[in-house]
Amino acid sequence: MEKIKSIEELRKLREHARKSLQVRSGEAKVKIMVSMGTVGIAAGARDVLMAIISELEKRQFHDAQIVERGSLGLDNEEPVVAVERDNKTVFYGKVTAEMAREIVAQHVINGQIVSEWVIAKG
Amino acid sequence: MKIYRIHALICAGAQCIAAGGNGFEEALKNELKKHNIEEEVSVVETGCMGACQLGPLLVVYPEGIMYTNVEAKDAKEIVEEHFLKGRPVKRLMWKKEGEEEFPELKDIPFFAKQTKIVLRNCGLINPEDINEYIARDGYKALAKAVAEMEPKDVIDVVKESGLRGRGGAGFPTGLKWSFAANQDSEEKYIICNADEGDPGAYMDRSILEGDPHSVIEGMMITGYAIGSSVGYIYVRAEYPLAVRRLKMAIKQAKQAGLLGKNIFGTNFSFDMVLMMGAGAFVCGEETALINSIEGKRGEPRKKPPFPAISGLFGKPTIINNVETLANLPVIVDKGAKFFKQFGTEKSPGTKVFALAGNVNISGLVEVPMGTSLRKIVFDIGGGIPEGHTFKGALTGGPSGGVIPMEFIDTPVDYESLPDLGTIMGSGGLIIMDERSCMVDVAKFFLKFTVDESCGKCVPCREGTRQMLKILERITLGRGREEDIDRLEKMGELIKLTALCGLGQTAPNPVLSTLKYFKEEYLAHIIDKKCPAGVCQFSALKEGRKKHEAKIAH
Repeated sequence: MEKIKSIEELRKLREHARKSLQVRSGEAKVKIMVSMGTVGIAAGARDVLMAIISELEKRQFHDAQIVERGSLGLDNEEPVVAVERDNKTVFYGKVTAEMAREIVAQHVINGQIVSEWVIAKG
Repeated sequence: MKIYRIHALICAGAQCIAAGGNGFEEALKNELKKHNIEEEVSVVETGCMGACQLGPLLVVYPEGIMYTNVEAKDAKEIVEEHFLKGRPVKRLMWKKEGEEEFPELKDIPFFAKQTKIVLRNCGLINPEDINEYIARDGYKALAKAVAEMEPKDVIDVVKESGLRGRGGAGFPTGLKWSFAANQDSEEKYIICNADEGDPGAYMDRSILEGDPHSVIEGMMITGYAIGSSVGYIYVRAEYPLAVRRLKMAIKQAKQAGLLGKNIFGTNFSFDMVLMMGAGAFVCGEETALINSIEGKRGEPRKKPPFPAISGLFGKPTIINNVETLANLPVIVDKGAKFFKQFGTEKSPGTKVFALAGNVNISGLVEVPMGTSLRKIVFDIGGGIPEGHTFKGALTGGPSGGVIPMEFIDTPVDYESLPDLGTIMGSGGLIIMDERSCMVDVAKFFLKFTVDESCGKCVPCREGTRQMLKILERITLGRGREEDIDRLEKMGELIKLTALCGLGQTAPNPVLSTLKYFKEEYLAHIIDKKCPAGVCQFSALKEGRKKHEAKIAH
């Protein structure tokens, strides 16, 4: 590790390090919920989940919580991903890894709902 | 920076490791590998979370779900159900018997009713990663002190905060510092007293294991305040995990340039030496500790001169306890006012207690000073095991005394406890119910001090031994009526005449049990009965036979 030579450097390191502990605060600006029932997993929810994580990492966005949950019953639309942001929840259906990356970039980070893939509002 | 979906924090305090925490961690990692989700889940070994009785503990974030008593065989279920399908494993979650709902971590009374200042990071961060300490405002207070404050300002803040030594005596920390700061000496020393020796007490160990950097930062702040550039940590050799984590923390702080020469580009330099304890209880006494570091026999010195004037190698030395030091970064960073909002006027801040004995949830708790014993035992500790009644609580270990039921609402602080004939001590809190014999308890602690007396002064070496003989006699049913009077007289005399704190406080367990449970002593002496059924008078005859055989031999 590099030596910390000034208070400014300590502050920068703190800001940076704080992000990695964000998950443990239990709070986040955005909540991403992936349905991971048997049907969801069979439809490829795991790939979707991995794509979401890697896209968040690529863009260094730490203010998101990823929650796995059971099926909503909308088996026809699996994998289903729900994004909760600004007190609004939006459901996306038949999400693929590529779509998931797009959703992260547009909706999760910038707040622009990708309306063409939306199946329901929460 | 890597993003993890789940943070799984495993308690890796010594207790939990002893309870089998190690096996679980391995099993968990194997399961993660099997399901190929190693990249999504970060497994972190963290410090003691406090609820030691329910350990090993696992906390899963972001939900903040706590699993108790996890075993290697549970790993599969946790990974497959919770991590993969998002369904927490209910049978392993923290739950009170008969309760239907599963509380969130912050709603569990054991945690909700605590106030964490000293233990702010324990159980939340990885103690082996300096970055996680820095993320939680680590070394911010040191930066503030060396860059923005004069040493005198630092002392003033600590004085203003009212912080008192957490090792037991409760001497105002800022005042002690000012004695050493006023000394005109090229060399001065800081010593961290981590020779925690009270039976049943493990506050300091948990801090060192769970958040070693907070102690290092506290020492450096102290060093800056009094003008010292060398710190010694005197730690029990019986705490291998604490030693390992301290070594690692010192190394990381040095690599980060936070420990060494010209810290933050200022003129302040600080170096640290880790010393293993010599294995004797008396070495926790500050002057004996100094002797031990100097390579001499661990015997106390006469005071005055106090160490702040002439201590290690004859130089001004400040000795602070682990918990005291861990408070300092918070005080310097957030100010005296913040600190004073906790606790009482004369005893501000919080105190960590190691709750043990006959209580439902034993473990480590941190509460504001002045919290009543009732709250600690019944609200946080979950009360006394079913079917039994509270009899007394022993504070201060072998130097302290018993608080009986009638005083259970007394606020626990530095002023109220001495009025009851006990002391705050370093934080050992042993809860007893009607199954405990008070004479036996007094004997146990006196036996401890007799064993640990260094033998330098007569009152402690001979006096405590004679008191122990009387107690042994009483518990064997051979007590005499004048024994009570004799114990009281000897106890008072030893308190007045012993050289160091060990001897001066050694009679406390006897005197305080005599004060509140005299009838129990009388039952032993006159009725030849032990009301609690602990003392075995039948051993009397056999003991005598043995004794006679020994003489004949």
